[in-house]
Amino acid sequence: MKISESWLREWVSPDIGTEALGHQLTMLGHEVSNIKSEGGDIGDIVIAEVASISKHPDADKLNLCKVDDGSGELINVVCGATNVVQGMKVPFARPGVRLPNGMKLRKAKIRGVVSYGMLCSTDEIGLGSESDGIFSLPLEAKIGSKLIDFLSLPDAIFDLDLTPNRGDCFSVLGIARDISVLTDADLKGPSINTVDTSIEDVQPIDLIEPTVCPRFVGRVIRGIDAMAKSPVWMTERLRRSGFRAISPIVDITNYVMLELGQPLHAYDSGLLQGIVRPRMAKKGENVTLLDEKVIKLNDDTMIIADDSGPIGIAGIMGGLKTAVTDKTTDVFLEAAFFSQDVMAGRARTYGMHTEASVRFERGVDPSGQVRAVERATELLIEITGGAAGPISEKLAVEFLPTHSNIVLRRERIRSLLGVSIDDVEVGKILSRLNMKTVSTSDGWIVSPPNHRFDISIEADLIEEVARIHGYDSIPETTSPSKIPIQAVTESKVDLEKFATTLVARDYQEVVTYSFINADANKIFTAIDSDLVLSNPISSEMSAMRSSLWPGLVAVAASNSARQQERIRLFEISKSFHGKISEHTEVIRIAGLITGLSQPEQWGMKSEVVDFYDIKSDVEAMLSLTCRGDEVSFRASQHRALQPGQSADVFRGEKQIGVVGKLHPKIAKTYDFKHAIYLLEFDAKKILSTTVPSAVSISKFPTIRRDIAVIVDDAISADELLKAVESCSPTLIKDIKIFDIYKGAGIEAGRKSIAMGLILQETSRTLTDDDADELFSAIIKKLYDQFKAELRD
Amino acid sequence: MQTLSKLTKQAFLEVAGAIDLAALDKVRIKYLGKKGKLTLRLKNFSQLPAEERAITGQEINKAKKDVQECLKNRRASLEDAALEVNLAADSVDVSLPGRGQYIGGRHPVPHTQSRIERIFTNAGFGVRSGPEIEDDFHNFTALNIHEHHPARALHDTFYFPGGKLLRTHTSPVQIRSIIKEGVPIRIIAPGRVYRNDSDQTHTPMFHQVEGLVIDEGISFANLKATLHQFVEAFFERKIELRFRPSYFPFTEPSAEVDLRWESDKWLEILGCGMVHPNVLEGAGIDPEKYSGYAFGIGIERLAMLRYDVSDLRVFFENDLRFLRQFR
Repeated sequence: MKISESWLREWVSPDIGTEALGHQLTMLGHEVSNIKSEGGDIGDIVIAEVASISKHPDADKLNLCKVDDGSGELINVVCGATNVVQGMKVPFARPGVRLPNGMKLRKAKIRGVVSYGMLCSTDEIGLGSESDGIFSLPLEAKIGSKLIDFLSLPDAIFDLDLTPNRGDCFSVLGIARDISVLTDADLKGPSINTVDTSIEDVQPIDLIEPTVCPRFVGRVIRGIDAMAKSPVWMTERLRRSGFRAISPIVDITNYVMLELGQPLHAYDSGLLQGIVRPRMAKKGENVTLLDEKVIKLNDDTMIIADDSGPIGIAGIMGGLKTAVTDKTTDVFLEAAFFSQDVMAGRARTYGMHTEASVRFERGVDPSGQVRAVERATELLIEITGGAAGPISEKLAVEFLPTHSNIVLRRERIRSLLGVSIDDVEVGKILSRLNMKTVSTSDGWIVSPPNHRFDISIEADLIEEVARIHGYDSIPETTSPSKIPIQAVTESKVDLEKFATTLVARDYQEVVTYSFINADANKIFTAIDSDLVLSNPISSEMSAMRSSLWPGLVAVAASNSARQQERIRLFEISKSFHGKISEHTEVIRIAGLITGLSQPEQWGMKSEVVDFYDIKSDVEAMLSLTCRGDEVSFRASQHRALQPGQSADVFRGEKQIGVVGKLHPKIAKTYDFKHAIYLLEFDAKKILSTTVPSAVSISKFPTIRRDIAVIVDDAISADELLKAVESCSPTLIKDIKIFDIYKGAGIEAGRKSIAMGLILQETSRTLTDDDADELFSAIIKKLYDQFKAELRD
Repeated sequence: MQTLSKLTKQAFLEVAGAIDLAALDKVRIKYLGKKGKLTLRLKNFSQLPAEERAITGQEINKAKKDVQECLKNRRASLEDAALEVNLAADSVDVSLPGRGQYIGGRHPVPHTQSRIERIFTNAGFGVRSGPEIEDDFHNFTALNIHEHHPARALHDTFYFPGGKLLRTHTSPVQIRSIIKEGVPIRIIAPGRVYRNDSDQTHTPMFHQVEGLVIDEGISFANLKATLHQFVEAFFERKIELRFRPSYFPFTEPSAEVDLRWESDKWLEILGCGMVHPNVLEGAGIDPEKYSGYAFGIGIERLAMLRYDVSDLRVFFENDLRFLRQFR
């Protein structure tokens, strides 16, 4: 809500400056997000009249104006605005005047004609952002006088972020009331004059839904002049609050709403048919609103109807068919109280959000309707003339919100806030807040005023006491924790450790969105996700990802487009699976590498990465928690990966991840220079480990024996190693594959694998004979199992 | 025949004149080899008359020792010289870069999250997590945000067909943790949250860390202390905080916290408050016996302040040139 300082000070004026007032509002819980000063820098702008207009001889879009600024002679001004007409009163800046944007006016030749100054728009003099032409001033504005005097400037405008619980502050009155509580400055008003009734006309009202509309106040006013102009003081206050002046009747209802917080509606009384009824809409009913939109109503919506049907949505917007126009002579003013329950969320279901709806949703003072109608009547008669009928009020008092008495305990204030506040101060705070109090032995019994419908329990009162006492005045006290020291679980490794390992291997962590394009998800995972948002930002961000790969590949692609060729990325975050009714979320560790295996450097030749580069990263990561012999890589088929270069990774018999080369069919849809390799793991399945239990190390020396065998290509290294190891699991401490060879000297379709075996006996020194014996067994086994020949 | 002293002198001269180890060895052989001049003197010694023997024997032995010593010294200095030459040839350009893999880096947001976790775990907080696809109950209702609460409109929630949603804050983890673990409780819950909002200062996904402490006698003064200590631990310096009244349906009293930045600016960094009695009761906790505080911190906000990042959106652009600044 925007509120002007001058208007606020008319109601309450503590002896402090603008900044300090803004600070107090913020510290009261009404955060001031901006203070805009207006008019301080346009002191030299004067009011002038456009005496005559003619076309510019050389430019169709320009006019030559003769302007009377009270200086005694008419001034030539070239103007391009389309709304300039003869007789118009305008803000005028003479040559030499500096505008708020810093521009200093000079006489200037425009298309061959000299222009002595400028007619200004609201934008150019810092009074608005609308730039639809020259600021048209009321005709009573005096030629030659200063604009700021005419508009009562300068002023400051506070932009307040009101919290949803303080509907009572959605007005000048509400804010002034809170300021007065904090500063002890007097609240001037609201002093509302009662208008004398001079006619007997009454609009019949029928309160048929008293539970949700327990109070409906109306008044007929006849013989108004709808063509009258709203006075400048009112249109200026409206403008500073962000409202456009429309017509005196509408301006007055807006003005009273801003002043008192009670939304009002004015009907053209002559267009109402029969009885006015606030009631629930019937399914299928339609109403055409003021903005000419036709709304199909739901039956949970409160409307105002007359005998002809709906004439407006209650508390949201009035209808077109009974709207006031230039021709209106008789109006019916309405001020009602609708319950928050019947208003909450309704405007949104129709895609609407109005000044009235936001106030009703947050709650209005249930006792403020008559006051608002009196105030509006007073203004209406003053501005448009007319005669007022009696106020008619329909009231079902039993359905008005009630306040029960709330117990406030002294001890509870102390324990919840952590500070004792003196009884006298608490009493003073409560009474300044218009709360009725009765002292008891352990505190107070409190009854809040009508406008504080947000207060219903003790904690609400304690918050009020803290707010006015000042959060700043509450000390900082460290609380001793009664929670025992927690174990540091060693059998489960922190995810951080995996991140650290990947970082040490030159992976850069990234953060990508959890929702992605549904097609991309399908391309990478073959999963048609059920987890698709109803209201996504865009289709690119609509499906919850089943894998982190699409995100990583997209990041690689965008970086590749920025001349990054060597890319190594990882992300640790969730993927989402299953049906929306019972979904699962899996924390994943995913990685991507492409380009050179090592950064380009002088000391070594770096090759483009292949499967074994990413595999070594996987092995390093898994070695944090898994024993080497627990892990196996099994050739697999995966939707996103190239067949023959992809593996499922197992820990025991449980699959824990996938690693491999991005399928060329997918890769080619991007513009990558090199192949992409990917890894992805289910974090939960690799976090657990066993706490080490040490065994003593053998003191006897080891022997190394090398062996090279020729086998069919199809035999995997893993199979071969397992066969070798099975010959003597106790003696063989380690096997290293140190060469793989295909080509000259080896039959096509076969390969040579050279292994180095590290042998050791735990209880004695191993002899050559022992080794020889083992080797014969190995050679025999490999021949029997794989038809392996020994290579010389 | 030369006198012994002349022979010795001659040997010294030749040792000194040997220009390398090979030449030195020749000298050694000439004097001390099997047929070396001094060796022969010693061999011939037995043929000398007995009365001369004692004196001459001593002299020859001494001469031999002297020459050996001299050879040894010369050898050492020649070896040193030879090593110097080799080392000179073996020098490297120490300014050339080292060989092998470089090091990667963490993303500033998860990095900041992990710092926050460390600060709170040091203070005895447990770390909890919860689902990101949430139900209405945990995200709203249990937090005292009923169906038509105006606060819902401020949340810009992403929905799935059927009513599930992406959590709009980490607060549902409060509810899940209280129900699962009971009280007393002292936890934080970091993670991703989502709001249907995308502009210069909003991304549809961001990170929060929720804090919750419930115990007997927990007060607003405790909340102020915890948050002030946290902020100073995070920024590693003294910082002035401002608690100002605000509104969250699930806390009362509620506050927003600003920190003083660059002497004249207050920057909002978090929301907090005392857990609302309705929330406690809803989770089966007696609000007469227990009280607690809760807070929610925007992780990106803290990362931006800590690392002078002016545009939130760069965190999600993943431009490696930007990310490489964080190691």
